[in-house]
Amino acid sequence: MTAPVISASSLDLTFQTNDGPVHALSDVNLDIGKGDFVSFIGPSGCGKTTFLRCIAGLETQTGGTLSVNGMSPDAARRARAYGYVFQAAGLYPWRTLEGNIRLPLEIMGFSEDEKKARVKRVLELVELAGFEKKFPWQLSGGMQQRASIARALAFDAEILLMDEPFGALDEIVRDHLNEQLLALWARTGKTIAFVTHSITEAVYLSTKIVVMSPRPGRITDVIESPLPKERPLDIRDDPTFIDIAHRVREGLRLGHADD
Amino acid sequence: MRSALPIATVVVVIFAIWTAAVVPMNIHLTADLAGRQDIAVTPETPRERQEVGAISLALQNTSIWGMTYTLDRPNLPSPHQVAAELYKSVFTVAPTSRRSLIYHAWVTLSATLLGFLIGAAAGILLAVGIVYNRTMDKAVMPWAITSQTIPILALAPMVIVMLGSIGVQGLLPKAIISAYLSFFPVVVGMVKGLRSPDHMQLDLLHTYNASGPQAFWKLRLPGSMPYLFASLKIGISASLVGAIVGELPTGARAGFGARMLVGDQYGQPILTWAALFGAAITAALLVAAISLIERKTLGRMGMRMAA
Ligand SMILES: Nc1ncnc2c1ncn2[C@@H]1O[C@H](COP(=O)(O)OP(=O)(O)OP(=O)(O)O)[C@@H](O)[C@H]1O
Ligand SMILES: [Mg+2]
Repeated sequence: MTAPVISASSLDLTFQTNDGPVHALSDVNLDIGKGDFVSFIGPSGCGKTTFLRCIAGLETQTGGTLSVNGMSPDAARRARAYGYVFQAAGLYPWRTLEGNIRLPLEIMGFSEDEKKARVKRVLELVELAGFEKKFPWQLSGGMQQRASIARALAFDAEILLMDEPFGALDEIVRDHLNEQLLALWARTGKTIAFVTHSITEAVYLSTKIVVMSPRPGRITDVIESPLPKERPLDIRDDPTFIDIAHRVREGLRLGHADD
Repeated sequence: MRSALPIATVVVVIFAIWTAAVVPMNIHLTADLAGRQDIAVTPETPRERQEVGAISLALQNTSIWGMTYTLDRPNLPSPHQVAAELYKSVFTVAPTSRRSLIYHAWVTLSATLLGFLIGAAAGILLAVGIVYNRTMDKAVMPWAITSQTIPILALAPMVIVMLGSIGVQGLLPKAIISAYLSFFPVVVGMVKGLRSPDHMQLDLLHTYNASGPQAFWKLRLPGSMPYLFASLKIGISASLVGAIVGELPTGARAGFGARMLVGDQYGQPILTWAALFGAAITAALLVAAISLIERKTLGRMGMRMAA
């Protein structure tokens, strides 16, 4: 057993707002190993985004410890340890698809040849080759979302943090992107933390499913998936799959029962 | 060019109102003139006509309506008189002549452009300061707003006289008044533009560990472009107003302002009106030029223009 890539212990975060303190994360303990695909699922406001932002060093915890690659999240951020995919694609409207994917490469100072090669590679990876010169508004929502994933992949960080990347897409496109994401994960061995509201998506993608519940945001269940790494879409009719989905649903229901 | 029809409609309506207004506006002058030429007018004496309103006088003397359009010194010149004066002063005299409107236009335009450059540059720099520096944010904006509440008509003579007393004359004082009027819309638009990137876009750069200058050049500046151009269009017309106002108090001898003043002082309203139209056309051309640059720039940036 190697050291976990991401490790949270007794993590606590309280936002001070005008309406008083909001306890967004309470006593979160979680280890994410190298190459894990971890999904976070839970009702709105349970702190999924907040936890991801903590890992990314975009928020700072008010209690407990959190390490990423053995460093503080902020040090990991400065070492460009992760790629972050936000809930909205957030492409720059004045840059072409290619220009958008170049953005992190420009900031990180890659050579021109390297930029070209990487843009080409990640666009192929997300099946957007041929769309380099298009502007974001010329693309469908699904294509924009794939482009934002390509942007996060371009600089080859070992960790991928994804906040409901497919939340706004229809079921069919989502299935397709899920398959692609799994293939990518299998090929690259990246460590992925993935937020979703869909039980099916969580079970289909993950090696580990983290069920969360709100007020205060906390982890109520962590499920290690026994499903094989190789997952065709129809694995979703498999009894094991249905069992796990059932357990996730129960976990969510228990979380809600506290209200 | 779908906008051509509505614009044409508005122009036609304005000209129709203008043409109709010429008769009552000039009817008293015309009746006096007709009286001196032994043309019958009712009432007969100027004294009696003073008692009669313009519209009823016009209705009683429909035969002299034609003359209201051709007075040498009308209260309200007719459209064709202004057009003729514009044509004469633009096309029939050498542009270097003092009687050429092109000459006067250039005098005003050069002050406008210099003032606009100073104003826009100052506006952009102030906006950057305001966005990046908390103290400037607190300190500059109230002053910028206050500066615009001082009537420019009160300020312009002071600027001209003060600069004149230290030997600065001609172009620069007018350009400074221009700049004074044009920096404000640029500051306001540019601050809004530089602040237009949302949290997510800023967070994204943070995840790349981008530096401050990188965030400026790659996100804030390009994001501000639509706002900048909108305010540049306001700024350049304000600049023109500033340059003209700068020509009024000192009795400048050249420029649109000088032309308007001359027309006023020597009772030649046609000159004033021609200068007024010359200024309006110049303003339209300046705004059109900025729009063209805007379309080219934003087009290259892949942004769709809001019509
Ligand atoms: N910057 C902030 N300031 C104050 N409160 C915040 C802030 N960010 C999040 N919160 C609060 O923290 C709690 C958790 O928010 P978070 O965005 O992590 O939820 P989430 O699980 O991602 O929800 P959703 O599924 O709707 O995206 C919420 O109650 C939210 O209002
Ligand atoms: Mg969220």
